[in-house]
Amino acid sequence: MKINKKQLNFILLGVLLSLALTIVVASPVNAQDPTPSDDDVNAIAKQLYCPVCENIPLDACGTQACIQWRGIIRDKLAEGWSEKEIKQYFVDQYGDRVLAEPPRRGLNWLVYIVPPIAFLAGAYVLYKGFRTWKAAEDSQGVEKKRNIADMPKEEVDEYILQLEAELKNR
Amino acid sequence: MAADIGYGSLIIAFLASLYGVGAAIYGERGKDNRWVESARKAMLLTFPLLTIAVVSIIYLILTDQFQVNYVAQVSSRNMPLYLKVSALWGSQAGSLVFWSWLLAAFASAVTLRKWDRDRDLLPWVIVVASGTLAFFLFLNVFFENPFTRLWQTAEGVTTAMIAPGNAIPFVPRDGQGLNPLLRHPGMVIHPPTLYLGFVAFIIPYAFAIASLIAGRTDDRWIRVTRKWTLWAWLFLSLGLVLGARWAYDVLGWGGYWGWDPVEISAFMPWLTGTAFLHSVMIQEKRSMFKQWNMVLIILTYDLVIFGTFLTRSGVLSSVHSFAQSAIGPLFFVFIVLTLGGSIGLLMYRWETLKSKNSLSSFFSREALFLLNNLLFVGILVTSFWGVIFPLISEIVTGQKVTVGPPFYERATAPLFGGLMLLMGVAPLSAWGYSSWKTLGRSLWKPFLASLLAVVAVFALGIWEPWYAVIAFWLVGFVITVTVYEFWRGSMSRMRRLGESFFTALWKLVTRYRRRYGGYIIHVSMILMALGIIGIEIFQTETQGTLAQGENLRLGAYTMTYDRLDNFDADNGSRNVARAVVSVSKDGEEVAELYPRRDFYYDSQQPATIPGVHSTLADDFYVILVDWEPVSESGATFKAYHNPLVKWLWIGSWAFLFGIILTAWPEKKEKRGLA
Repeated sequence: MKINKKQLNFILLGVLLSLALTIVVASPVNAQDPTPSDDDVNAIAKQLYCPVCENIPLDACGTQACIQWRGIIRDKLAEGWSEKEIKQYFVDQYGDRVLAEPPRRGLNWLVYIVPPIAFLAGAYVLYKGFRTWKAAEDSQGVEKKRNIADMPKEEVDEYILQLEAELKNR
Repeated sequence: MAADIGYGSLIIAFLASLYGVGAAIYGERGKDNRWVESARKAMLLTFPLLTIAVVSIIYLILTDQFQVNYVAQVSSRNMPLYLKVSALWGSQAGSLVFWSWLLAAFASAVTLRKWDRDRDLLPWVIVVASGTLAFFLFLNVFFENPFTRLWQTAEGVTTAMIAPGNAIPFVPRDGQGLNPLLRHPGMVIHPPTLYLGFVAFIIPYAFAIASLIAGRTDDRWIRVTRKWTLWAWLFLSLGLVLGARWAYDVLGWGGYWGWDPVEISAFMPWLTGTAFLHSVMIQEKRSMFKQWNMVLIILTYDLVIFGTFLTRSGVLSSVHSFAQSAIGPLFFVFIVLTLGGSIGLLMYRWETLKSKNSLSSFFSREALFLLNNLLFVGILVTSFWGVIFPLISEIVTGQKVTVGPPFYERATAPLFGGLMLLMGVAPLSAWGYSSWKTLGRSLWKPFLASLLAVVAVFALGIWEPWYAVIAFWLVGFVITVTVYEFWRGSMSRMRRLGESFFTALWKLVTRYRRRYGGYIIHVSMILMALGIIGIEIFQTETQGTLAQGENLRLGAYTMTYDRLDNFDADNGSRNVARAVVSVSKDGEEVAELYPRRDFYYDSQQPATIPGVHSTLADDFYVILVDWEPVSESGATFKAYHNPLVKWLWIGSWAFLFGIILTAWPEKKEKRGLA
């Protein structure tokens, strides 16, 4: 497997970080128990994405870099860090891309508001279209409004009529 | 030699497709049918030429000719035959040739049909199909040539078709082998199926554009391509499902769909294609929305091109990789040109495509179909936006961001829910006229019956989350309405024709295949939805490192780690670390599973294959976590409990049945109910 420069830098950074952390964690002052379980680690890891392994959440990724990241999460948990603090730690180190979703600020808002706005705009266009088509229909008098309450039930049920008519004309 | 023959045939096919475009236009303009006929023959010629190219690649792979760069990249001596053949589409260059070959096959088949009634469309169909083919072959001939060889020069190893000065052939002792993740039967059939779907959608597009150019305003192009569209949709859907199954079986993250850009790129043409399949019915029934159908098929075509581009190139990962990719900008230009050209053409014909008919009611079938289109396009916009936003962010702020599953799930779930609701409501509305009262009268019985689903869900102790209860109700509602539809149709025949129930049902389904095949497809989608609801909302997981004989519990399941076998397989080409775990449910042993980790020596890459105990109620899915310590004494396992997921695969089979029933050629063209 070829490793490009970017990946190499990232791996080196990960190794250095974990070395640094080992030193920090190894000091008795910071050591806390109980040891976090794999599930505790994965609960946070599945919300993070490393910059090298595109689109693979950290809990499902098998690269060395991701092993180290999970190690960091475990260590931070052992130190008593909260989930939010740990996520922020990775954001500070590697940028917003480690999060599963862009943080809601600045340009990133666009990712959240464009789809609903586009959908509502589409719905509005469709509604206006309906009104126009309906108005055209009403003015042409092609289908006069019917007083449904006055009509026999079978006849009102257009579906049955159509189904039976088509069966008849088979 | 085989490489030269293959490359030569690629070049000739490229020239033939260019000639086809030119000859068709020239013949049409000069009203000289001989040129159009010549263009048709050129189109037909591309298929045998590309067959030669495809056979050449396969031959080179099967005979281990590693001097050919492509062969060295995707194959190795120890790969079994079926994988060597599938290595044809194992990487970009080969998969583009494969794509072109399928397109040539489809286009040739189309040119062989009877054109008596559509003679005016023929030259333009050739122009579109040949033009598309020429673009892909251009990429192969000049940028992604699968036949380039490896050469040793003073500067090192280089690739070229013809030996550079002072170079000697460089023949690696073995190839790198196919990516281990692709070494799976699912991966053998998933790409061809997906590509068949992609390519087949080019045919209705070609007819649509031909109609626009020829100035035809009737719905002939829709009728001619109806079956093509259905088969395209079948293959595309099947390709997506097979991809999901492969992900579930091989990728080892306990899921089937990760909202990855590559997955989304295959999903987007499916969305517009599905919207198109529904909205063409409005045109057939009421001669309305001709412009909209054109928009949908144009979008589908360009999303197919976009999808083909993304599937293998991975250029969306960053702006830089896009700019560095030789073919990225070319694809971009091609998409802009075809989209711009098609929309321009549509604008030019806009007025002539206007319909005299109008909508009589917000609750008519056609109005609900338009709502369905709105929802599909809504999911498309969300997906497309999520895929390209990281690029936009990088361009504008220089900051890369990830748009992952939580975004897509939250944004699309209500839209999928809306589609399910429409699947329940629309079949009971009438074409042309339905008021809320008539619709209400048709709906109240199935609605009440569907509440039983909610009662059942509560009885099972599921009270939350609230959206799961609604989702289960929607499943019940659509199934009830669909069953009700079959019953109503059968009863109607029984009353009118005095048939027995089963005869009535049989004749109903076989004679009105489009309508009732469509209903079966609805039910299959709902079964798939059931699986998706189960795994998406109720999946649980746990991970732990076990010594032999130790247990890991998850819900009602307990797995016990029995032992680990480590051995070489397939003539020593891969190392297998295979765990044996016994699984019990509520204290009773139900299965022995073999989660394993394969390590391929040639590519130096691992693959994690889960062990799965699957029932209608749930799957117990175990992975041997290959990135944590594995030894004789202890191993790390990750276990998932995936409720109902089997229904996703059952629904896929039902879907296959429904669509084949709908698309199967009829003896005599009949205008059925829809």
